[in-house]
Amino acid sequence: MKNKNQGWLSYQKEIADDHYYFARSCIRQNFFPASETIFLKILREELCKDIFDDPEQTTCTGIAYHSGIIPLETTMTVVARQFALMTMAGYENFVCSCVTSFGIYTEVLETWKHFPEEEKKTREVLLNATGLEFKIPANLVHTSDIIYKFREQIASKASLRLVNFTDGSPLKIIDHVGCHYAKIFPDKGIGGAEYPYVLAGLIDAWGAEQVDYPERRHCCGFGFRQYLIKENRGYSVTNSKIKFESMAPFHPDLIIANCPGCTFFLDRWQYVISEMENKTYDAEGYGIPVLTYEELAGLVLGYNPWDLGLQLHQVDVEPLLMKLGLTYSQEGKFKGANGEDLGRPVKPQFLKTL
Amino acid sequence: MKLPWIIYKHIHNSLMETLVQQLLTDIRFQEGLKACISCGTCTAICPAAQVSDYDPRMLVEMVQTRNEEVLLELLSGDTIWRCGECLSCKTRCPRGNTPGYIIQALRALSIANGFFANSDQGRLQLEIKRSVGEHILKYGYCVHIDEIDTGKYPEQGPVWEWYRENRESILARLGANYNQEGAGTLRKISDRSLEDLQAIFNETGAMERFQQIESGTVKQAKDEK
Repeated sequence: MKNKNQGWLSYQKEIADDHYYFARSCIRQNFFPASETIFLKILREELCKDIFDDPEQTTCTGIAYHSGIIPLETTMTVVARQFALMTMAGYENFVCSCVTSFGIYTEVLETWKHFPEEEKKTREVLLNATGLEFKIPANLVHTSDIIYKFREQIASKASLRLVNFTDGSPLKIIDHVGCHYAKIFPDKGIGGAEYPYVLAGLIDAWGAEQVDYPERRHCCGFGFRQYLIKENRGYSVTNSKIKFESMAPFHPDLIIANCPGCTFFLDRWQYVISEMENKTYDAEGYGIPVLTYEELAGLVLGYNPWDLGLQLHQVDVEPLLMKLGLTYSQEGKFKGANGEDLGRPVKPQFLKTL
Repeated sequence: MKLPWIIYKHIHNSLMETLVQQLLTDIRFQEGLKACISCGTCTAICPAAQVSDYDPRMLVEMVQTRNEEVLLELLSGDTIWRCGECLSCKTRCPRGNTPGYIIQALRALSIANGFFANSDQGRLQLEIKRSVGEHILKYGYCVHIDEIDTGKYPEQGPVWEWYRENRESILARLGANYNQEGAGTLRKISDRSLEDLQAIFNETGAMERFQQIESGTVKQAKDEK
């Protein structure tokens, strides 16, 4: 493992140090709605960085593009509009919160390098449609790249290490990086496509242990149109299942995912498999908790798990919190904005919850 | 579905360019296919090949023939709709081809010429156009909590149902700005931004593709009746 880790360190990428323009993720906002707020809080309050959250930004349209319902020209022009908003706001370091978006932004910039006439055409169309003009970002990264860059600073402020409270042994954590982070353009991801280190670096820095299992690089199974069409969702759950079957013998304590879509599928398909087959991938029947990297960073920094939105995961996170020895209010899990009790979700048929 | 050659020739003659000529103009195709050596690495790594009879090696071989009839068969069938666009094939191809990009070009060509409506999988594009496509123009997001119920998405599960029923209070607790003006998680996208999106969709062919998906599917449904 030591030699392998040294090999991973040879893959690096440039990540700007400060002054970021923040591009949000459709999926992360809907399914893990505290994650981006936590990311901004960590950057501004823990790391004292400047990051601009622009209300005028929109979807990048990546999911529509990869599902085949809109042309490349549309996506290139929407991306150009996002760059124009960044330019107008006076920033040049673009950071996006979605792996699909990161793939899209990277792909558009690469396309313009190979086909300069497409950039020229996009500029004309954008100007004609919206009156906007743009500069190419000086630096383009994913939000996890920023957390990775400052992982040691976060560790220095941490209120806990990712170890088992009872015996001090490191938690075994699965990292799932998401296909479009580095498989399209390996030189744009920390560690490349073969040994991506963007999440593994967090695991190492925060006291846990990586799990190297056979299907570590396999797709979560989103498949864009394959998930969006109800009849085709067997594609999605089957590919997640391939991963669960492969990781289960290693007894992981937690999965963390780079892409909000992957986080969603690795959480929800465990519920579906339990309902269909009465099967879970842990020993006790609770499933393997799945967190975003912002949620994990928030836990490490000692934030209240229910302010991180961990109550919105279908696989219960409480067994994980207990392993970490965290003190938390179980009642607080189901409170609303004004402290009101919001009732309880219906319990799944087989997947246990506390 | 394979069309009789005589019908195809009629369609073919009415087109300005051959299908091969149209395909060659697509930059995704130009980037996606250099020269395939048919090693099968793409099929070995492909998540779609693990769950269906989709075989990117075979598909690239077919496209590489540049045969109009073969191309028409592909454009009218289910095969091109099986890919999940994970693009694992791009990483692994030892000759720098990207079957996933070829798929993007084939899907665009299939819709532009109306062939998508001949296949079950092709017609399902309508479902995505009417969900993701319309959500983008309505909300500025490709997905939105207000539209995601457990009827269409049963895998969302009971926690999602609880969250959705209590979303105003939960999102406020988590610091979101749900359906409100200004910055923040799940904020209401401004009218100006939505107008920009609509103008871009008008200018760049997205509305035309939406119309092709709607009219092609409706026509096929009428023909089948």
